[in-house]
Amino acid sequence: MSTIVYDGTAMLGRHLQRVKHAPGVLILMQTMPVTMLLFFGYVFGSALAVPGQEYRAFLVPGLLAATAANGIMSGMFQAAQDSHRGVMDRFRTMPVSRAAVPLGQTAADLLITAAGMVPLALVGLAVGWRVEGGALAALGAFGLLVLFRFATAWVGCYLGLLIHNEEAAGQLGSATFILPLISSAYIPTDNLPGWLRTVAEWNPISAVATAVRGLCQNASPAADAAWPVAHPVAGTIAWSLVLLAVFVPLAVRKYANSGR
Amino acid sequence: MRYREHMTTTYAVLSDGLEKRFGDVHALRGLDLAVAEGTVCGILGPNGAGKTTAVRVLTTLTTPDSGTATVAGHDVRDAPGAVRRAIGVTGQSASVDGELSGRENLRLFARLLRIRGAAGPTRADELLERFELTDAADRPARTYSGGMRRRLDLAASLLTRPEVLFLDEPTTGLDPHSRNQIWNAVRDLADRGTTVLLTTQYLEEADRLADDIVLIDQGRAAVTGTPAELKARIGSYAEVVVADGSAMLPAAAVLDQLTGAEPVLDHERRTVGAVAADPSLTLPRIVRELDAAGVPVVDASLRPPTLDEVFLRLTGRNTPEERAA
Repeated sequence: MSTIVYDGTAMLGRHLQRVKHAPGVLILMQTMPVTMLLFFGYVFGSALAVPGQEYRAFLVPGLLAATAANGIMSGMFQAAQDSHRGVMDRFRTMPVSRAAVPLGQTAADLLITAAGMVPLALVGLAVGWRVEGGALAALGAFGLLVLFRFATAWVGCYLGLLIHNEEAAGQLGSATFILPLISSAYIPTDNLPGWLRTVAEWNPISAVATAVRGLCQNASPAADAAWPVAHPVAGTIAWSLVLLAVFVPLAVRKYANSGR
Repeated sequence: MRYREHMTTTYAVLSDGLEKRFGDVHALRGLDLAVAEGTVCGILGPNGAGKTTAVRVLTTLTTPDSGTATVAGHDVRDAPGAVRRAIGVTGQSASVDGELSGRENLRLFARLLRIRGAAGPTRADELLERFELTDAADRPARTYSGGMRRRLDLAASLLTRPEVLFLDEPTTGLDPHSRNQIWNAVRDLADRGTTVLLTTQYLEEADRLADDIVLIDQGRAAVTGTPAELKARIGSYAEVVVADGSAMLPAAAVLDQLTGAEPVLDHERRTVGAVAADPSLTLPRIVRELDAAGVPVVDASLRPPTLDEVFLRLTGRNTPEERAA
C-alpha cells in the first residue's frame, strides 16, 4: 500500500510538472465552465424560467456537477495520449506499482479541478448564486463534487486506455458534453416526458446537481423523483463508489496489461 | 568468457524456446539465448527478425505464448517484479517523457527507483553532465535532437547500476558523436561487470561492442559466435568494376579462382563480386591477378560484408527488406 502511495505521489508530481510546462490546457479547462455560465445564464436564461428561483442560481450547481462529470473527457484524453508515450513502457519495466500511473493521473486531475471549481463558484456568486446552507454544507457540497470528479476521472482513464487512440478519444470525449444535457444540470427534470425523466434522473449528474442545490440553497427535489435524486447526497456517494469500484480495477489491469 | 569452464558459467539471460505471436505475425519461433554474466551480447538481425519482441519478453513488457526465460536468475513470467528490479531498459521500447525536462525525467525515475533524499537529484545532475545534457537539462525533452534524447534514455537506465542492461537499437539513426558516446558508456558498463544485451542492425556496432553475436532470423537464433568467428565464416566481399561488358566473364573467372566462391555479376553496373572467406587474400593480389589475366579493371574493393550479405551468406536467404524490394 505504501508503495502505491509513494509511486502514485511521484506520478502525481509528473502530471503537475507537465501542467507547469503547458499551462494553456489548464487555463482553457478553468475558463470553459465560466464561459458556459455566462452564455447559458444570460442567453438561454432569458427564455427559461425555473419555478421558485432565478435561473442563474439554478444553473451554477448544474455547471459544477457538469464540470465534475467532465472527468470522463479529460481522463479519457490524457490516458489515450499517455498510452502512446514511450515513457509508459519504461514505467512498466521499472519496479513501480501498477496502480501508480493511473492513480497519478486521476489524483492530479482531482487537484487541478478542485482548484478549477473556485473561479466558477466565484463568478456564480457574482451573477446571483447564493450559498444559504452555511459553510459546513458548502464544504460538503464541494466534497461531493470532488468525489464525483475522482470517480469520473477513473472512468475516463479506463476508456482512454481502452481506446488507445488520441484522436478517437478526443472526439468521443467531446461527445460527452451530451451527458449533462440529459440530466437536471441545466433544466429541471420534473416536466420532461415520463421515460426521458426516468433516464435523466438516473443520470448520476442529476444526483450531484440536486445534492449541491440542496446543500447550498436548501432546494429540495420533487417528491416523486427517482431514488438517487430523491436522496441526492446518498445518491452521489453511491454513484461515485460504484463507479470507483468498477473502474479502478479495470483501469489498473488495463494499464498493467497493455502491449502484452 | 567463452573458454570459461562450463560449470562456473552463470547466465544473466537464458531463454528456451520462446514463442510469441501477434495475430498472423509469428514474431518469435523458439528463440534460445544464453548470455553469460558480465558479457555483452549483440543480437543482430534485420527489421522484423524478432529483436524487439525478444527484448520486450525479456524485460517483462510482453508475455511469451510459450517457452521460458530467466533474467538475473528470475523467471520473467513468475517473478516480473524481481526482473524489473534487476534491469535497465533503453531504446525503442522504453523512453522518457517528452513533456518533462531532462532533469525532471531523471529525478522522477530516481524517485521511482527509491534513490532517497538528495542522492537522486545529485545522481541526475552527474548523468546530465556525463552525457553533455547540462545545457539542455531544463528544456522539455521533446525539444531534444534524436541523439540527445537517446543519451537521456541511456542516462535514465543508469541511475542505479542495473545487473542486466537491455539496449534496443540504441544508435539507430544517430549522428557519429552521439553514437560514440553511447558506445563508450556501454563499454564502460561492461568493464564494470554489467551484462549488456543489445540489439542492432549494424554489423559494425555488434563487432565493436559484443563478446558474442546472435544472428536472429524469423524469430530464431540462426547463428551464434564471437565477432571473429562470424567474420571468419563470412569473410570479406571483393568487388571489381570493369571497363567494358566483355571483360566481365574473364573477371568472374579470376575471382572464382581466387575466392572459391560463386561470383555475382551485375551487368548494368559492370561489376563482379564474390565473398572472400580466406583472410589472407589482399586487394593488391586481386588486382595483380586481374591485370595478369588482361582484365581492364576500373575500380576494385575488398570490404567487410554488409548485414544483407552476412544474412544471405549465413541463412541462405535475403533479408526481409531485400525480399520486399
